Amino acid sequence: MAYYLRVLLVGIYFGIVLIKSDVVRWQRIHDMFLLREPYMYLVIATGIVVAGLSMALIKRANARSVDGVPIVYEPKPYHKGVIIGGAIFGMGWAITGACPGPIYAQIGAGAWPAVFTFVGAMIGLYGYAALRPRLPH
Amino acid sequence: MPSLPYNTLESKYLMIDWLLGPWPWWFSGIMIGLTVPMLYWLAGKAFGISTSLQHIGAICTPNIGFDYLSDHDWRADSWNLMLVGGIVIGGLLGAHFLSSEPLPLLPASFYSLPGILRLLVGGIFVGFGARYAGGCTSGHSITGISNLNVPSMIATAFFFVGGMLVTWGLGSWLLPG
Repeated sequence: MAYYLRVLLVGIYFGIVLIKSDVVRWQRIHDMFLLREPYMYLVIATGIVVAGLSMALIKRANARSVDGVPIVYEPKPYHKGVIIGGAIFGMGWAITGACPGPIYAQIGAGAWPAVFTFVGAMIGLYGYAALRPRLPH
Repeated sequence: MPSLPYNTLESKYLMIDWLLGPWPWWFSGIMIGLTVPMLYWLAGKAFGISTSLQHIGAICTPNIGFDYLSDHDWRADSWNLMLVGGIVIGGLLGAHFLSSEPLPLLPASFYSLPGILRLLVGGIFVGFGARYAGGCTSGHSITGISNLNVPSMIATAFFFVGGMLVTWGLGSWLLPG
């Protein structure tokens, strides 16, 4: 129970951060892909550097979670979907101004059309589940 | 009397004002990056969001006949649903209580039938593409690249290939009229 509460708190933290950092606003995503402003690139790069430094420290210290579980990153594998799916995902990101995290934050913020982005994402999930055996991996 | 209490109080309010205003890029980046070690430390889990779609699909339609959903043990990953539930709550708090000047997240033109249809189609691309690629901006771009995972770097490069193709190719058509 305490475990789920901790995850919930991280989610609330991240939801607030998504709104306050302005990375869930359609115009920001549009301006990013248009190369109109460096804001999104600077935010993403800083996020990667901070997360990367944290991971380096965690690995060096062989850190464990508060429950005593060793912290180990399991690498995501390469397959053709990384390229094809990646490009398709990028198209959706540009159209909706939202990747999965922002969809949830937009809905919470009361931007109700984002509910349709979520419904679309679920349709996309079912499409992938249905086509998966026939897609190149 | 030293004037310390007054100054401390004033600076405290300045800090709150600063936090309630729009965040600069470096502060936004730091706060986003810290989510990765925070989730590892508090829950022992790798930060990622798009798998939540798979969990929701597996819960809603366990007998649909697609192995991707029927063979998926969502109970083992139920923490992920708490995470996205928290993001919804955080979105509400951030937009309505923690922003001095909230900005509309979606352009006004999305609040229309053509706008909704575009979000629906774009959403299909987001859901399909993220699951086919094995992750989205959180799992690949933030968590994957910060762990120097090469497939995540390739995925992120192609997120931008797809996004730029659509943005430059469709131009102003991207904004629903």
